[in-house]
Amino acid sequence: MDLRIAHLYPDLMNIYGDRGNVIALAQRAKWRGIEVDVRPYSIGEWADPEWPDIWFFGGGQDQGQDIVGADLAGTNGVALRKSVEGGAAIFSVCGGYQLLGHAYVPETGPSIPGVGILDVTTRAGKRRFVGNLLVDSPDGQLVGFENHSGRTYLGSAAKPLGTVIAGNGNNGEDKTEGAVQGRVIGCYLHGSCLPKNPWLADRLLAWALDRRQKPAKLDPLDDADEAAARIQASEVARTRT
Amino acid sequence: MPDALALIANAAGKLTREGLRATGRGATALPGLVALTLDPNFIGALAAELEYGVACVSGTNGKTTTARMLADISRTAGWNPIHNRSGSNLDRGVAAALLAHTSWSGEPRGNFGLFEIDEASLPSAVGRLQPRVVVVTNLFRDQMDRYFELDTLAKKIGDALAALPATTTLVLNADDPLVANLAVRRDAKTIFFGVDDPDLGGVVPQAISDATRCPRCKSPLKYARVVLAHVGDWSCPSCGLSRPPRDVSATKILLGPDGSEISLAGTVGSIFETIRVPIPGLYNAYNALAALAAARALDLGLAEAIRALATFRPAFGRLETIEHKGRTLRLVLVKNPAGFNAAIGALLETGRTPRLLAALSDRDADGRDVSWIWDADFEALAPSVEHAVITGLRGRDMALRFKYAGLAKERMEVVDGWSAAIERATTLASEGGEVVVLATYTAMQALRAVLARAGAVVPFWED
Repeated sequence: MDLRIAHLYPDLMNIYGDRGNVIALAQRAKWRGIEVDVRPYSIGEWADPEWPDIWFFGGGQDQGQDIVGADLAGTNGVALRKSVEGGAAIFSVCGGYQLLGHAYVPETGPSIPGVGILDVTTRAGKRRFVGNLLVDSPDGQLVGFENHSGRTYLGSAAKPLGTVIAGNGNNGEDKTEGAVQGRVIGCYLHGSCLPKNPWLADRLLAWALDRRQKPAKLDPLDDADEAAARIQASEVARTRT
Repeated sequence: MPDALALIANAAGKLTREGLRATGRGATALPGLVALTLDPNFIGALAAELEYGVACVSGTNGKTTTARMLADISRTAGWNPIHNRSGSNLDRGVAAALLAHTSWSGEPRGNFGLFEIDEASLPSAVGRLQPRVVVVTNLFRDQMDRYFELDTLAKKIGDALAALPATTTLVLNADDPLVANLAVRRDAKTIFFGVDDPDLGGVVPQAISDATRCPRCKSPLKYARVVLAHVGDWSCPSCGLSRPPRDVSATKILLGPDGSEISLAGTVGSIFETIRVPIPGLYNAYNALAALAAARALDLGLAEAIRALATFRPAFGRLETIEHKGRTLRLVLVKNPAGFNAAIGALLETGRTPRLLAALSDRDADGRDVSWIWDADFEALAPSVEHAVITGLRGRDMALRFKYAGLAKERMEVVDGWSAAIERATTLASEGGEVVVLATYTAMQALRAVLARAGAVVPFWED
């Protein structure tokens, strides 16, 4: 078996250690004997949108986000939509999550259109949400660190990834965090997210492998270290945020 | 003479300081906070009394070491610096240093202010201190829960520097595009330092690079040579912005296990002597270049500077070594990916297979967001690690980072509790051997406190 991971704009959209998500996906596949190929896809470098099984799209600085937004407004945005229609999965965090939605609406000036793969819209907020973020979902808890001023609101086609226990999540109002729509996930969890939340990493891996080589069955791994890290971080989120 | 309000603030701060020290505690910040609460202008009022003026040293990495080097140089030249030595580098730390060295009547007991300034505080600090010299070592991503984005930070610093009078000299790292570009806005005097040794560095920006785009036109930069992260010989093919000419330039750097030898060229004069820097690592060679350039900006003599550097001793957690139970502990403060990569680069350059004590915490001074460890190059470190003991408030995250970097399970263990972790780590090395301690700020403080109780080191505020 083999797995193809595309890392979207790693030069522009990688702050807050988001590349740890790619490391987690790759290692958890390799530990199961799956061959892994990771390719960077940056501006003007979109070799083959048919190639990836899974895309990772992290957060960036404002400067990076502007350039990336402009790039995705062209043929590359079309290619990304086509790739998802063809069964590829996406995991996105923070700025990447926002850019996959319909639009980002700044305080002043025209709204910046997104790719529209996720039925979410983000508006600029005044106060920045910075702190540990603990989320509950039917499949398990998620823990990470949020750092964003955008407020994201979900439309009817997107389901929240989970319910906020500690922190702010999507918008600090409705207790939701993240969005899931088909095989596309967006969230505000840095940390990195996937190493400490291995059940989500494995969910994404299963989707990714399923695209070309069904049925994808993942052998269980010893996740005691991951669980210990999640417990320690959850404790911090509950008591010190 | 400072005004009445400043004198009252000075007295209140000094009382606080005496109270704290009487109870055996460090007084590196609180007295300053008290003084600043009474007189927000306090640091400006006292700094104005200093005969040789003020130099500020800022940047993401290397500011403590650079400031200490510059302090040694100024002292060798016969100056008497007032210096926030312990690395307490917010406004309150500057205020605490000033009031500790000012008499009750407001007379300074020193003639030169040398202040390490947190990069996020730099814009407000330079406005108050009106420094003669501002040094910026580099700008990397660091503790983004506090500083947010690097571009925003660089813009704020650039705006603050642009507002300074033309009498201020900027000392800037030519090899860091974000830092070099801080000079673009103004025509005041600037001294650039950089590394021009063709044997150092590769050609591809590292994964953690923060400034692979032109700070002026945002096009991708081209690198003839990358020394560290986004620091190197850069140029923009699109708008033509490029690395400025270096006034203080290292044409050759020989890196050794205990220090470096630097050959200088440039407008500092014709130098036939090499400069010895007795702490290892390329990044410390950069710090020495920054200190030399700052000395030049202050019209201090090169001979004194070279002499002072040759006897330099590193600061708290900057590769200092301490003895404990017959083993040498080498303390390495790590706080962001670039600093981590530079530190482990210095360790691995010398062929070590380190026995490690790695401590990760997430208090304010460490950065509450531990995400940065995923940007640091643990993949380069893991294959060389003999064994790692891991601890800290977020030790489990650190253990996970090592695991995903490929360190075998049997080569690492998590030990909770500072004392227990030190004792276990000490047993990793045999008598006379070395243990490398990688720790974030408050974790390092805690580990040092335990070692101090065991009689190994002095508390850092007495430094």
